[in-house]
Amino acid sequence: MHNFFYTRANSIEEAIDGIRVDSAAKYVAGGTNLIDLLKYNIERADVLVDVNHVEVFPDAEQMADGCLRLSAFMTNADTAYHPLVEKKYPLLSEAILAGASAQIRNMATNGGNLLQRTRCYYFYDPAMPCNKREPGSGCPALNGYNRMMAILGTSSECIAVFPSDMCVALAALGAVVEVEGPSGQRHIPFSEFHRLPGRTPHLDNNLEAGEIITAICLPPEGFSRNYAYLKLRDRNSYAFALVSVALALEMDGECIREARIALGGVAHKPWRVPDAEDFLQGREATPGNFAAAADLILQGAQAFEHNGFKIELAKKAIVRAGKMALHPETHLPGAQPPSFENL
Amino acid sequence: METINPEIRLSAPEHIAPSTVTFTVNRIQTSVQVLPWVSLLDALRDALDLTGVKKGCDHGQCGACTVLCDGKRILSCLTLAVMKSGSEITTIEGVAESDQLHPLQQAFIDHDAFQCGYCTPGQICSAIGMMQEGKARTRAEVKELMSGNLCRCGANTNIIDAIMAVKDGGTNA
Repeated sequence: MHNFFYTRANSIEEAIDGIRVDSAAKYVAGGTNLIDLLKYNIERADVLVDVNHVEVFPDAEQMADGCLRLSAFMTNADTAYHPLVEKKYPLLSEAILAGASAQIRNMATNGGNLLQRTRCYYFYDPAMPCNKREPGSGCPALNGYNRMMAILGTSSECIAVFPSDMCVALAALGAVVEVEGPSGQRHIPFSEFHRLPGRTPHLDNNLEAGEIITAICLPPEGFSRNYAYLKLRDRNSYAFALVSVALALEMDGECIREARIALGGVAHKPWRVPDAEDFLQGREATPGNFAAAADLILQGAQAFEHNGFKIELAKKAIVRAGKMALHPETHLPGAQPPSFENL
Repeated sequence: METINPEIRLSAPEHIAPSTVTFTVNRIQTSVQVLPWVSLLDALRDALDLTGVKKGCDHGQCGACTVLCDGKRILSCLTLAVMKSGSEITTIEGVAESDQLHPLQQAFIDHDAFQCGYCTPGQICSAIGMMQEGKARTRAEVKELMSGNLCRCGANTNIIDAIMAVKDGGTNA
């Protein structure tokens, strides 16, 4: 790790000022990803501005408009186990608890979860070129070992995936990200927060310089009756997703009144296709209809040498998550795939 | 109060000065002089000689460095000592009451829950944190909530047995 200065901010204003005076300064909260990247010499900072001590109002606040406002500085564990989140947004709880380990969830914050970097092996290896790490240097993943890489929304410059589980649920729920920066406060719809790689894979998201996430607002509809988070990976726990699905339904008898489907592990951002969700509206929640929606979601998917399996895996995962959403009692710890033998 | 001035990094440029970190470690208020980039793990091991805290991967993948910080289990390799000024830290050296082993320590012995022992301090600190969280009811939930601690000897089955024997007084074992 290289040398840097450290300073503690006691308020959001102090934090923003701390970044403004030094363009090579970085915010640190949980540190679970940033400190690791500093150790690998992948991230660099002249100054770390510690935002763990900024004064914020309650961790989770029920707003008059029915939204639940979650502090960006709250830990992932406190969020997943918060009584209001468990009751109204169990999809978010399950997704968070499918990610990382209990220790990391005790440290990592909600804001930091949105800002974590890809786990692409080439991004993590400073001996290799990487357009995300060093713009213009090339992407060895395109023709290299690309089993973990994206199948949707890729570009010729980057095929990395965004690794978060929590964000897949936030995308499905239609959360809004509240940010503050040198030019004031603004609200970013979740679908517009993260970016596709395009020609600028070094930019993961649409935050402006110096901006800090202050809260995540969950809309009133929490889909607490019919929801599922399914995570498929090489080992059953403490591993990043090959494919994950956040699926939420609002049912009207046998028919779907509203459907939300977001995929993780397949793109540079959580992947949602509104046409597929519209297709399910008014239809019965059958495996056939979920399979048709899955075809719409995976339309245009492009595989590379080692990740072709992800297309079929994602389609099957969507159908399975549809069934899991109708039977929340089947959900297993760690968002593992349940058996439906007894149904 | 004990003050220690370790020279953890000799190559620091003069313009970055070590800062004094004061925290409570295993119930004793302690101050150490550390440079900003020193992890809590390195500060505990190198400055305070608490070598029960193990440096396994140093990248948050193995759980060997697990300690309790303000009662919560965390990875000491992924946080900086300066960030923990004012906190209360418990390492494996602090879980026993004088000569009386912590019930989990005794259970690990009784259930043959280790071979090489390298992951054991992290496993025990993690299990203490897990029991305080109160979220693991079944054996399957214990396994899931202990997945951040790897055991390469493969003692996992016995580790879960040991935890189940202590958790809730062993009523769900």
